[in-house]
Amino acid sequence: MTWKQATTEAKLLLIGIPVLIWTVLPVYHMILFAISPKDSAFAGHLWPDHPTLRNFSIVFSEQHHYLSHFWLQLWNSLLIAVSVGLLTLLVATFAAFAISRLKVRGGRTIMNLALFTYFIPAAFLAVPMYKTMGNYGLLNNQWALILAMVTIASPYSIWVLKQASDKLPYELDEAAKMDGASPLQLFRLVYLPLMMPSLVAIGTYSLLLAWNEYLYAFLLLSNDKQITLGVALGNFLAADDSPWELLMTVGVIYALPPAAIYYTFKRYMVGGLTAGAVKS
Amino acid sequence: MASIALPEVHRVPSGPARKALSPWQKWGMILIAPYVVIFIVFVLYPVGYGLWLARHPSSYVSLVDDPIFARAIVNTLVFLIVGINLKMVVALFLSGFFVQARTWIKWLSLLFILPWALPSIPTILSIRFMLNPEWGIVNSLIFRFTGADGPNWLNDPYIALSMAILVHIWKSLPFWTLILIAGRLAIPNEMYEAAAVDGATNWQKFKFITWPSMRTLYLTCTILSMIWTLGDFNSVYLLTGGGPADLTHVLATLGIRYLRLDQVDLSMASIVCAMPLVLPLVYFMMKRLSR
Repeated sequence: MTWKQATTEAKLLLIGIPVLIWTVLPVYHMILFAISPKDSAFAGHLWPDHPTLRNFSIVFSEQHHYLSHFWLQLWNSLLIAVSVGLLTLLVATFAAFAISRLKVRGGRTIMNLALFTYFIPAAFLAVPMYKTMGNYGLLNNQWALILAMVTIASPYSIWVLKQASDKLPYELDEAAKMDGASPLQLFRLVYLPLMMPSLVAIGTYSLLLAWNEYLYAFLLLSNDKQITLGVALGNFLAADDSPWELLMTVGVIYALPPAAIYYTFKRYMVGGLTAGAVKS
Repeated sequence: MASIALPEVHRVPSGPARKALSPWQKWGMILIAPYVVIFIVFVLYPVGYGLWLARHPSSYVSLVDDPIFARAIVNTLVFLIVGINLKMVVALFLSGFFVQARTWIKWLSLLFILPWALPSIPTILSIRFMLNPEWGIVNSLIFRFTGADGPNWLNDPYIALSMAILVHIWKSLPFWTLILIAGRLAIPNEMYEAAAVDGATNWQKFKFITWPSMRTLYLTCTILSMIWTLGDFNSVYLLTGGGPADLTHVLATLGIRYLRLDQVDLSMASIVCAMPLVLPLVYFMMKRLSR
């Protein structure tokens, strides 16, 4: 290694180490709390003297009044995320097929309206959505959150699926029509198999969006037995005597599934989802 | 050949539709109906209802009279101008770092995505605890190394807002870096090789090759990031809750504050007031995407 190469490596490390610390520190801090006994969590150590999994066993056996519905809330999060993922896939796949392959009249307008909805930040739609759900009598009903999240996840999903669908050759549709295929057969036998990678990306996108959502979840649900784990985490903040080490333990448990899904489907996520933004 | 074939195939599906409803058009309408229903019931109606709730001029008068509203607008502008430019410049710089071919940089890039891959609630709460003035790890370390008490991070409005901006950057930096990495990888390597032959310095390579090829992408990313940052509720709400004394609110959290105070008309009015900021950016992005 020459002198010049060595200085290049040193410069790269000089960037890499701060980047590593900056990125990992809050995550590490969360894990540190989760494996620390109650008294040592607040001592400001960088590693606990006696790392323990006791916090996890307290959480799993719901031995704290903040945690009395832990398993139910975990289940709520899962149920809502999966429902949003499936419903979004259904709605968006149908819509993208109709717009891109069947060239339904007004499809372009609907696409533009959907895109417009996508670009308006969801936080600005939260209050009208909350009032609307009240009018529909859906407040404190998990369907309110599911439908709201499908509404938020659909526009981008339709757009990504339409972009992918537009790339499929039209000769396929022509050939299918020649053979006397109906639109539904075309959808099932040609469109769905070819769109699989994008469908995986969209399913993952909407599932993660719903699992991670905080604002809509805490607005639309308030009963302890209906809220998601994310809202339950936020509720810890309400009291001064909150058990922070348990809060961080629940946080680790809550953060693990999306991280696992993200890293599993990273290939699809990066390919399918950044393509749109990179197009510029 | 493709350019000749294209207009022809486009005409075929829509051709027969003009006469009567072909099965293709019929199925098209059935399949698009679910989204249209969702759009009407959960977008169009709420927006219309919201505008109706915000119809009284008096709401705007009391909104303008509320010092917290003015403060939220200033905070939002600071958040946008400082936060986004800082984030995008760092992302541009780091994208240059992550395209270096090293094994350890590959591994680092996997870790680097963590903030983006993890849900914001637990990580932002973790940062909130780190900044606790009494027992947070940051002040503990400051005390251990200097013997002095650290600042009261979240109780000073300026530091608290800066911290919220940093949280926002922490969370979204990986995403924009990834996009800019993709942009950098799209630049043909021959250009850099040719520049190296001509004896160009790194700065000259950036100035004459990288920047001209990435300028449009960088601008698009900045605009898109502005829209998303305007709607960033979590970074402020979960870190400071708008405090101390409601001095760190931004437009995204202000509507929720009024809602919690049962002032729905003010809440909607504040959202309407955010629209002059949001809509031009949205228009720009729509233009860009429909090209």
